[in-house]
Amino acid sequence: MNVKNILLSLPLLSASSLACAADGAVADEWKWLTFLVFGGIIALTMYITFWASKKVHSTSEFYAAGRSISGMQNGWAIAGDYLSAASFLGIAGLISLYGYDGFMYSVGFLVAYITVLLVIAEPCRNIGKYTLGDILAFRNDPKKTKVIAAISTITVSIFYLTAQMVGGGVLIKTLIGIDYEVSVIGVGILMLAYVVFGGMVATTWVQIVKAVLLVIASIVLVALVWAPYGFSLPGFLDGVVHDAGIQKQVAKLIGNAAANMTPEELGQRFLEPGLFLKNPIDQISLGMALVLGTAGLPHILMRFFTVPNAKEARKSVVWAMGIIGGFYVLTLFLGLGAALHVGPANIVALDKGGNMAAPILAQYLGGGANSMMGNFFLAFVAAVAFATIVAVVAGLVLASASAMAHDIYVGVIRGNHASADEQVKAARISSVIVGVVAIVIGIMAKGQNVAHLVGMAFAVAASGNLPAVFLTLYWKKCNTGGIVLGMLVGSFSAIALVMISPNMTYPKAVIKTAHEVLEGTPAKDAVPAKTSEGFVCELFAVCQNAEPAKTATEAKSGAIEKLAKLNAGMVTMTDPGVLETAKKDAGKLEKDIKKAQDDLKKFEGQTTSLVGLEKPLLRLKNPGILSIPLGFLCVILGSLLYRDKRAEEMWDELYVRQNTGIHAEGATAH
Amino acid sequence: MSKNEMNWANIDTDPRFQALHAKKTRFLWGLMIVSMVYYFLLPIGTAYFQDIFKIKIWGPFNVGLLFALSQFIVAWAIAYIYARRANTEFDAMAQEIINDAHNIK
Repeated sequence: MNVKNILLSLPLLSASSLACAADGAVADEWKWLTFLVFGGIIALTMYITFWASKKVHSTSEFYAAGRSISGMQNGWAIAGDYLSAASFLGIAGLISLYGYDGFMYSVGFLVAYITVLLVIAEPCRNIGKYTLGDILAFRNDPKKTKVIAAISTITVSIFYLTAQMVGGGVLIKTLIGIDYEVSVIGVGILMLAYVVFGGMVATTWVQIVKAVLLVIASIVLVALVWAPYGFSLPGFLDGVVHDAGIQKQVAKLIGNAAANMTPEELGQRFLEPGLFLKNPIDQISLGMALVLGTAGLPHILMRFFTVPNAKEARKSVVWAMGIIGGFYVLTLFLGLGAALHVGPANIVALDKGGNMAAPILAQYLGGGANSMMGNFFLAFVAAVAFATIVAVVAGLVLASASAMAHDIYVGVIRGNHASADEQVKAARISSVIVGVVAIVIGIMAKGQNVAHLVGMAFAVAASGNLPAVFLTLYWKKCNTGGIVLGMLVGSFSAIALVMISPNMTYPKAVIKTAHEVLEGTPAKDAVPAKTSEGFVCELFAVCQNAEPAKTATEAKSGAIEKLAKLNAGMVTMTDPGVLETAKKDAGKLEKDIKKAQDDLKKFEGQTTSLVGLEKPLLRLKNPGILSIPLGFLCVILGSLLYRDKRAEEMWDELYVRQNTGIHAEGATAH
Repeated sequence: MSKNEMNWANIDTDPRFQALHAKKTRFLWGLMIVSMVYYFLLPIGTAYFQDIFKIKIWGPFNVGLLFALSQFIVAWAIAYIYARRANTEFDAMAQEIINDAHNIK
């Protein structure tokens, strides 16, 4: 092969490799298989919806599946509702890139259910009807609390939902190359069909089916990952520690500190904390939001109204904890397996956040990108991910629609005087409105940074909803004043703190990074450690926080220079293997350059974030440690400053009923 | 049967309800505190006690991994302990009050 030919073929080759990435991880020749699996799962959920539609006539059936779901079924549905794409693809991805720290997320997501089990599920089932508003309105002013509960429910659900829609659209595009808009509309229409025709019955069963598929897929993948090591834990971990790709990833993450470590020490470091989560206060703050936020998520609360009584509600949390916990233990193997077989570098190449780790691991375990089984596995995991998004979004839409129709329309506007038919109609119309809004937001948010939205949903739920629900259930003096003040201040402070946190996009930082990617970084001198000027400085960027010493770094060349060198070097390469690697590297560099140039174009002339900040004011990514105590404090202050006779008079009834279940909403007879 | 028939204040002061309330409160708070303390030891440990977390105990399997996995066991154990106690004891106590609720005037 002469030099001229190679040079000519280069742009073509890199162009085709880029096109391939844009078309998704599944090659064209295997697309039929993907669509077949997707079609099968969609057909199954459609059949469920058809079957459910015949059972949904009353409001109790529409919002709460006639309270006829068993504890075990509800446990699976909770797992289906909770294990969103963000938590299963996201956590497997984090583990595949950062090892131990990714696994720490799993723990928080499970422990959250202890709060749900011990203090929330049964009392809420005993005194509530369909919504968060019903629980709060029991002893407080019904109109005021229903309005504020509905606003909070819709806010939390829209945050969560937007993250799911955008994440889902991107995921489907990366996996099978369907256009972002098409997949958002597809998810929206399917979800609307489940909710509008099948209400909570269809939503529940879609969530159950999805949870079962997800668990089966994970068990199969983990078995395949672990079997070569004879199901030995130290054996498997030994494999991880001695893997060159993982060692390289750790070296990349810890920078200069890697210089005097042996390869084995680097590998072992992957199983130790501190590669991703670096700020201890932020970690505790995240833990607080997870542990208290889950119990305040309206779509999770709503699930407890679908069972016949408090005992079944208890049973459903125990089942959910078993399933969710078991699944998260499996994510450790999925994540480490992906790091081992696919390699962190390849995972990042497909998606920076690592979200593709589990699907690509599936493809590898089935036999690789060119095998039938490999593509079947990939298609299956992708279809489960798709079903996940649809099922989670359906639950969120139902929660928002119930707040809109049941709390606002029936409770406040009609003063509880709507006929049964009218109520069901209002519920269906609200579902359509929320569904259409979700699709529109999903399309508008294309390409936006939505990573902070799930965190924001948890933070608002933990700071606004949980203090209100908890104190109205357990504190005699709690009243309308406290609920209104606490929910307003708790929610708004959580949102405001996220808006000034490092989660937002800061154009100056993006532009600086883009320039560094393109042009490289100059050598830097060592910086001595800095001491903190006080606790406030650890939270807000108004004074000096504690910083460890930094060692001097050498100058690094930029991507443009590297690419030029690589292209020049390729001319002399003769070994096809070496040339192949070089071409791959060149493709990656071209991608980096394109992204940096796009960023520069996108943020040209901009200097401040959405709220006008040049750099984050809050040092924490998670506002919980500030906004949760504030939420509790405001419920307490508001209650003490406000007089509400009804709240006092109703206390005895609330307390007796939440503990005994006397007069709890019963199951519909079938 | 109208809902107004119940005398909630008197049920609340009924010794059987008070006994249920006292037992449940103590038990729930105890479990809640144990689980929260155990959980927050994880972020605190990873931040301030990294040296302990790095100790290898079974091949590359270290204290950190053991502690993270133990979180699952503890969460499940708490769920089991609570469910058992509630199923056998609290439910029966509540049922007794429910059966007699109309007579508490």
